[in-house]
Formats: sequence, C-alpha cells, structure tokens
Amino acid sequence: MNEELRAALRRWMPQPRWGVIAAPYLWLILFFAIPFLIVLKISFTRMAIAMPPYTPVLEYIDNALTLRLNLANYLKLFSDSQYVVAYLSSVKIAAISTLLCLLIGYPMAYSIARMSPTSRNIALMLVILPSWTSFLIRVYAWIGILDGNGILNRLLMGMGLISEPLQILYTPAAAYIGIVYCYLPFMILPLYATLVKLDHRLLEAAYDLGARPWQAFWRITWPLSRAGVIAGCMLVMIPAIGEFVIPEMLGGPDTLMIGRVLWSEFFNNRDWPAASAVATVLLLLLLIPIVIFNRQQQRQMEAR
Amino acid sequence: MKASAGQRWAGRSVLLLGFAFLYLPILLLMVYSFNESRLATVWSGFSTKWYGELFRDRQILGAAWVSLKIAFWTACAATVLGTMAALVMTRFHRFPGKTAFGALITAPLVMPEVILGLSILLMLVSAGAMLGIPSKGVIAIWIAHVTLTLSFVTVVVSSRLQELDRSLEEAAMDLGANRLKVFFLITLPIIAPSLVSGWLLAFTLSLDDVVIASFLAGPDSTTLPIKVFSSVRLGLSPKINALATLMILIVSLGVVVGWWLTTRRERERKAA
Repeated sequence: MNEELRAALRRWMPQPRWGVIAAPYLWLILFFAIPFLIVLKISFTRMAIAMPPYTPVLEYIDNALTLRLNLANYLKLFSDSQYVVAYLSSVKIAAISTLLCLLIGYPMAYSIARMSPTSRNIALMLVILPSWTSFLIRVYAWIGILDGNGILNRLLMGMGLISEPLQILYTPAAAYIGIVYCYLPFMILPLYATLVKLDHRLLEAAYDLGARPWQAFWRITWPLSRAGVIAGCMLVMIPAIGEFVIPEMLGGPDTLMIGRVLWSEFFNNRDWPAASAVATVLLLLLLIPIVIFNRQQQRQMEAR
Repeated sequence: MKASAGQRWAGRSVLLLGFAFLYLPILLLMVYSFNESRLATVWSGFSTKWYGELFRDRQILGAAWVSLKIAFWTACAATVLGTMAALVMTRFHRFPGKTAFGALITAPLVMPEVILGLSILLMLVSAGAMLGIPSKGVIAIWIAHVTLTLSFVTVVVSSRLQELDRSLEEAAMDLGANRLKVFFLITLPIIAPSLVSGWLLAFTLSLDDVVIASFLAGPDSTTLPIKVFSSVRLGLSPKINALATLMILIVSLGVVVGWWLTTRRERERKAA
C-alpha cells in the first residue's frame, strides 16, 4: 500500500526531467513564438498617434465586441511595386550569393577534408576565426577596400589597369561581395562535416571500375555530400534574404532589399503596422526553407 | 587512393586563395589603424594617435561597457538554457510537443535579425502596456540576445553529447546514482569544454549584434555595435579602425589559446 502510494506520488510530483524541458521551452514560447503572433496581430492594425502607435484589433464598442482587421497594409504590399521588387531582389541577391558561397566553399571544404588531421584542425580554425570577430567590422573593412579612393582602386590604377577609379562601393556588386565574405564560413563548416565522413573506398572502387575523376565526383562525392550542401545553403540563404547591415553599409541606394524596407518602415516612417506586415510576408516566404532546415538539423541532433 | 600531385597543388591553391579572401580585408583594416591621416585609405605615416583618441572617447567606452555587461549575462543564461535544450534534444525520447520544441530551437539559427528584433520589441511593448513596465533598454536587449544565442549553444553542446560514451552514465546509474547525480558528477565534467565554447559563442554573438539591439535600445542603453554602426554608416573613421584592431586581436588571441588548449587535451586523452 505504502509502496503504491509512493509510486503514485512519484508519478504526479514534478520531476527534474520536466523542469529541464520546461525552462527552455517556456522561454522560447514566450520570447520567440508569441512575438510572431503579436507581429501578425499588429500587421492587421492601422497606424495611430498613440503609445503603442497602432489601433486596437479587438474593441468593446456600444456593447459589442468588435474585431477590426485592417487589410490595407497587405494590399499596399501587393499593389505598390516597390515592395514586390524589394522581395524579389532580396531573393535574387541571396540566391546568387549562396551560389557563389557554394562555388568558393565547396573546393575549400573538400581540400580541408582531405588534409592530415593536424593541418585539418588548423585550417578549420582559420575558417572559423573570422566569424568570431565582429560581423560589423568585417563589413566595414570592405569600405576601405572598395572605396573610390580605396585600396583596390589605387592598386589597379597603380598597375595601370584602369585610368579612372571603379565605382564598386555603394553598388549591388559591393553587397554581393559583403554577403559572400561574411557568410562563407557558414557554408564551409557543414560541407566539411559531411565531406570528412566520406568513405574513400567508394571513390577507389569507382576509379577501379574506370570512372573519370569528374564522373566519380558527380556520381559519388556530390550526392553523398548533399546533406552538407543543403545545410550550408540554408544557413547562408535564409538570413541573407533578410539581411540589413550589409546592403545598408555597402550596397548604396540601388541595392533594394526587404530588410532595409522593414527597417525604414519602422525607424523612419514609424509605421509599426506596415513593418509588421512586411515581416509577416517575409516570414511566410522563408517558411518552407526554414522547415527544410529544421528537419535536417533535427535529424542531425537526434542521430545515434 | 593517393591524390595526384596536380590535385594536391590545385587543392592548396584553392585554400590559399580562399584564406586570402577571408583574411586580407581584416589585415588591411588593422594596418590602416596605424595610419596618421584622417583619410583612412591614404597612407601618410605610422601613428598610434587614433588609439589615444579612442581611449579618450567617453561615449565609445561607455557603450563598450554596456555591451560587455549584456554579453556576459546573455552568455550565462544562454548556456544554462541551451544546455537544457541540448539534453532534451539528444536524451529525451518522445514527449508531447517534441517536434514543436525542435522547431523552436532550430529556427532562431537562421531567422533574419530584423524579424527577431521587431517581433520581440512588439511583444515587450504589448506586455509593457499591460503590466506597466518599461519595454526598451538593457533587459530587453538581454532577453532578445538570450533567445537568439541559446540555439547556438544547443547546437554546440548537443554535438558533444552525441559523441559522449553513454556507458559511463549507464554504469553510474547501475550503481544506484539518480539522474541528477549522474548529470552533475559524470556528464557535466565531460561536456564542460563544449559549455565553454557555447558560452564564448553566445558572448561574441551578443557583443556583435547591431540590428536587434537597435530595435530594443532605450536612451541609456546604446551598445558598442550601435555606436560603431552610426559612425561608419556614412563612411570611414580611423578611430573605428583602432577599435576594430583591438577587438580582433583580443578575440583571435582567445580563439587560438582555446584551440591550443583543446587540441592539447585531446592529444593527452588519446595518448593516455
């Protein structure tokens, strides 16, 4: 009897196990999930001169609970071509940058994975080291290089290759350089992680059977490194679509990206509802890539 | 299979070019911090005067202090919560809501910062209006940074937990230790290095963030990145080069020493 009682009590008493789940879970619900719902709510309001500066969604007017959803923010997003162009050009800039990262990162990751374990460790640390130093400072470093009077232009003019300085800074080209530069380590690391596990006997077998090097690559190495390619591309592309600092500092007025639109709606126009609508549509746009990334990460964490 | 000489040569030159791309901009930035001229790209002589000016700039020093405090407390909270989440992800099999938990823990890794900053601000403003508490400031930035960084800690710690030899924990459990005791006496000492890397990662991420902090900063909580961003938005400033050089040197030193310590430890472990 006593034993049974104790067993029943133990089942109903809060266990440390539940505390371990609850603490991070509650934190993320409170500060990550609920904020999105509030953004969604505010995207259906109108700007108002008040604090907080938007109209309520639910109101009690004349004994009636009134739900007022203002769709004007969304209609504006789809009718004003500026927003559509900004979304499309963000996706384009992010996609091209991701491809460039893959083209530069894959050979680097491949070479590192083929090194001896000691030099592999050093090379890996050299890849990670820049991403530990300030992101802002790494973007800033390019201003001095790409400036009209900057290091690159002086070098090229000194060598007599050009007679007039190239205008690279404050053009989309500078934004591409900045994004590729800052996100390259995020491409290399997951690629390296899959390439280093590659079973070389498979390649040997392919060569023994008479495969050319590029055939062996496309039919063995590439398909086996697909998990790393997907993870790397998602790690670069998703944040790059919403990037603000790089286009703002390097891209000049011609580099239209949705992160800048959101920023200016919020900080310059002080239109919180419009900024919320921009954020909601951006999130919907990113939903599928984020789900792909999530699945892949979860599989990795639960492996074994 | 032996790589041919040509392949090895190609691999080396790819790496060399890649590392040049990664490191030249940083090195140039550091060299030009010793430039005497105010025009940060025209070399006119060696000088350390920008370092002197940097240390006389009260605003920058104040902002740096605010940033360091936020980063310290962010890293502490994110390490505790992130380690808990890593245990949940790797050790707890199936509980109601696990899929949702996994989604919540991995989404911040890729979420654009503008969305994160805006959403947490709007949430805190709504809560602040209801509860009558201030919704902007140092605490708000801390909350947002913990949310951002705890996922990164989870990734670092869970990869260590996966490599861990489970038989040690099982043996302790067989000898009658309860789960809590096993965690603190067996698991924690083994995964401690990954907690240190997670802590440092959270610290640097917090120290680095400008976008989220801009949404959440109040009048007395200007962080260092906000200060740097506002002064370089319109071009170069040699004082910022000096600041950048100091930050890069400190971080590199920390990373290299940390790397050296862990590789030495691993070598000793393998030798033993």
